[in-house]
Amino acid sequence: MGIRFVLFVNKQGQTRLAQYYEHLSIDERRALEGEIVRKCLARTDQQCSFVEHRNYKVVYRRYASLFFLVGVDNDENELAILEFIHLFVETMDRHFGNVCELDIMFHLEKVHFMLEEMVMNGCIVETSKQNILAPIQLMEKSS
Amino acid sequence: MAPAPPAATPSPAPSLVDTLFQRSLDDLVKSLRADPSAAGESAAVSRALSEIHREIRGPDAATKAVALQKLTYLSSLHFAPVASHPLAFPAIELLAAPLLPHKRLAYLAASLSLHPASLSLLPLATHQLHKDLSPSNSVATSHHISALALQLLASPAAAVTPDLAVHLAHDLVPHLSRGSPRAIAAAARIIAASPCAAAPVLFKPLAACLASPDPPASTAVAAAFCELSAPPADAAPFLPLAPDLYNLLTTSRSNWALIKVLKVFARLAPLESRLAARIVDPVCQLLVRSAAMSLTFECIRTVLTALPAHDAAVHLAIGKAKEFLAAEDDPNLRYLGLLVLGMLGPAYASAVHECRGVIAQSLGDADSNIRREALQLMMGMIDDNNVMDIAGMLVSRAAKSDPEFANDILGAVLSACGRNVYELVSDFDWYVSLLTDMGRNLHCAQGDEIGRQLVDVGLRVQDARPELVHSSRTLLIDPALLGNHLLSPVLSAAAWVSGEYVNFTKDPVELVEALLQPRASLLPMSVRAVYIQAVLKVITFCCNPYFERLSNSSKEVPVALNGLSIDRPVSGGSEAQIGSGNEQITVPGMMEKDPFSHKSIVHMINLIETTVGPLVECNEVEVLERARNLISFVYSLREIQELKENKFDDEKHNRLKELVKNMQTVFSQEIGPVSLNAQEKVSLPDDLVLNENLAELVDIVREDDTIPSSSVVFYPRSRGSVETRDEPALSLGSSSLLSDHRKRHGLYYLPTGKAEVEPADYPHANDPLLPASNESALDDKSKIIQPVIGGKKSKAVKSRPKVVKLDGEDFLSSMVASASVPKEDSLSGAPKLVFLFAVLFPRDIACRHQNAPDASRATYVTAAATGGFRMRPAGLPIGFGFRPSPTDELEAPSPLSAARTSVYCSITSFCFHG
Repeated sequence: MGIRFVLFVNKQGQTRLAQYYEHLSIDERRALEGEIVRKCLARTDQQCSFVEHRNYKVVYRRYASLFFLVGVDNDENELAILEFIHLFVETMDRHFGNVCELDIMFHLEKVHFMLEEMVMNGCIVETSKQNILAPIQLMEKSS
Repeated sequence: MAPAPPAATPSPAPSLVDTLFQRSLDDLVKSLRADPSAAGESAAVSRALSEIHREIRGPDAATKAVALQKLTYLSSLHFAPVASHPLAFPAIELLAAPLLPHKRLAYLAASLSLHPASLSLLPLATHQLHKDLSPSNSVATSHHISALALQLLASPAAAVTPDLAVHLAHDLVPHLSRGSPRAIAAAARIIAASPCAAAPVLFKPLAACLASPDPPASTAVAAAFCELSAPPADAAPFLPLAPDLYNLLTTSRSNWALIKVLKVFARLAPLESRLAARIVDPVCQLLVRSAAMSLTFECIRTVLTALPAHDAAVHLAIGKAKEFLAAEDDPNLRYLGLLVLGMLGPAYASAVHECRGVIAQSLGDADSNIRREALQLMMGMIDDNNVMDIAGMLVSRAAKSDPEFANDILGAVLSACGRNVYELVSDFDWYVSLLTDMGRNLHCAQGDEIGRQLVDVGLRVQDARPELVHSSRTLLIDPALLGNHLLSPVLSAAAWVSGEYVNFTKDPVELVEALLQPRASLLPMSVRAVYIQAVLKVITFCCNPYFERLSNSSKEVPVALNGLSIDRPVSGGSEAQIGSGNEQITVPGMMEKDPFSHKSIVHMINLIETTVGPLVECNEVEVLERARNLISFVYSLREIQELKENKFDDEKHNRLKELVKNMQTVFSQEIGPVSLNAQEKVSLPDDLVLNENLAELVDIVREDDTIPSSSVVFYPRSRGSVETRDEPALSLGSSSLLSDHRKRHGLYYLPTGKAEVEPADYPHANDPLLPASNESALDDKSKIIQPVIGGKKSKAVKSRPKVVKLDGEDFLSSMVASASVPKEDSLSGAPKLVFLFAVLFPRDIACRHQNAPDASRATYVTAAATGGFRMRPAGLPIGFGFRPSPTDELEAPSPLSAARTSVYCSITSFCFHG
């Protein structure tokens, strides 16, 4: 499936976005997020961005106070996922202009829409920022 | 704002006020942020939920939509239970809303919420989805609406509802032919969910998308086939797509698509031999040309996993991997570089060796992942030539690492060196000192394994014993180590080794002092028991020469007290070892430290009485029993005092001498490793009465006691040298009786073959009579010959000493126990005997490693002690004569005593004779 989940978590360990591409119950999600966040928060900048957790490989990147975590299959390309995270952040940056945690909190839907454009069924399908943002701009124009 | 109604009462229908003053999502987020504490947050959430429950049932679509929006927000961040009915139903209701923003919200909610629990609602959605997927009059919005519907089909919700997917499969086809990425993703999801129903409809249009010139479509379709061919599924049906995929590989400029195509080829290449040769060129070109590290890494991985036969490509990949390793400032690349090295097969081991410097450096990296990979690579590199370098380097690295990694290192070194009975180790003196160093590591939590290996090396490798005793001494005399609980298994092993091979010790008095030092009380009781048993061995060892000397002096000249004339006929060591022992104790000026002098013996006896004396009241039975044995023995030795004064009391003298000699005989019997299979050869003796119903045993056995050890079981084994040398001197002694006994009951023993003919030879562990003299056995024999030729003195080219290795004992030794479950019919009652023995003496069979040898022999000593020492401390029977049915003398609380005693007898009759 490639990508199993995408998470945004802040430094306090609060989830800011959670999108799963396989079915997990709410308790499983909470437990998984707690464990992964604890692992990632303990790591420093000198350490690599890959953490193995249960049967997932978690690729993460930190931007300011937010951690962007992507859980992938074991044979997924780690570097491509890092590039994906960066593309995602750049896309949000273009849309919100200097994106911060608050933007994501108040416009969670839009972030979900962007993610839906980029990732479908756990696979990255759209990588052009313009294409990703087009439906959202259309939506804003119509409302 | 309306106050929240109590949860129990049914909420009233929403009024106009609610609609007018409805809180928006922004308000909700603000209220959540207002009080970030857990209590404040949960209060805000419960208030918002009760509001939403009211609003969502209203007739107004806008109110409903906002309520749904809030609910989606809460549930997606796990504030509210996801996918519960309240979310799924309104979502499906709103799917039919005419306004695009409402529809959009509804689809988002549905894709986040539809879930097995709400499957009953899906038939309601099917028709709406069908409508949204079909082209409508309004072109501009229909595109967006169908996109939403496709999105839902590609979400996890569709995967768990195969019916929905199958019903809508035909609606997907026009979208697929248009090359919509969403349709492609949805098709992949549907085919994966229900291959039988969906594949006939969707596979062909999906494959046609491979030829699409549109980059998003080709990225999506590459990802789709990558997912469909992923491991649990069979990749073979995708082989016909190879030409199209190849086309994509050579023409696509999207790295995302290329990565996925490479992954598909990596799965297809093993299925079709011609494919590898076809793709190797484009892959290499990508490898050389690409600037994207992700694509480079994927190419490397593809080459190493799918094209290992193409030498040039592999070397190119290794070159790129080395560039990764050299990336100083990027831990990600260094980590991946190490991963790549780990993928290299044995054919390219030299490439890994070339990077040894970098790998060794990575052991000190800040990142635990990198360190772990580096350790794995190091362990993969280890072989019999470099084991000393690598293991030594790793152990010194462990001293500088954090506790967790230090233990990873120690564990890896221990398992690598101990693998297949120490096949990598040729210099055991080095290995023993390495084991000691590991034990001294501050964070060492591998004490159990280190202790086990120390004992195991002692048992198996005769040549290592002097160094083993020497290293053990340094551990035992250090009072600082006694406080470290992690180290107690190591100390236990050191104590056992020192006691068992006491003939190699340079200063037995010092050893007794070390074993009885005050801080030893900090040790766990199980270890104290081993310490006490070791003291018993040491004192026995020291007394024997003393009595020999005494009798010599009484019969010959008094000058015989000189240490030079010490004769040790029952010493377990060879002549050379005795010689080296003498050297140590006769150094000029050291005479007062002669361990065999009257003064030393009395000193040791006094020390034992003061230190061990209080332990005869100990709560722990192991310690209690051994302390009592020791004290009883020392009590009898007390008569030495009188002896000294009254030299010519022959009767008393002889009795003591006999006692000491017999004790010495017990301890000088070599303990060797025994294969678990060996027990199968034991058949049931005629006179052994076993209870028919073994179920009775359940009452007296705790569950955890019955688990038999999966490793090595020990039992004493008579050494040829002891027998043959003792026989003339002690024609009526227990040793000769033992050999008589062996002649009669040879079937209880492992065939010893040559060991009986050649007294100096160490007993063969491999059964020479068995046909299973496999290659390893032959190797072993060739190794045995080497030391004789090479000579032990040429240390530089020291050949590997003989290591006792048993049949069927290999790296799978842990499997042996389960694999060799004896068959009832062919082995008569033997299994019962094994079982009974295991049941009655669980300690002795399932004993922890370091106690193992001691415990098994403790059976004998205990048996003797029960019959002798403890019952009648004053009038000791001569020798350890064990009566065939001494039921009356044994404490026999259980009805099983008869069986127990006879097992006792049959087991002990291996060594003792009644």
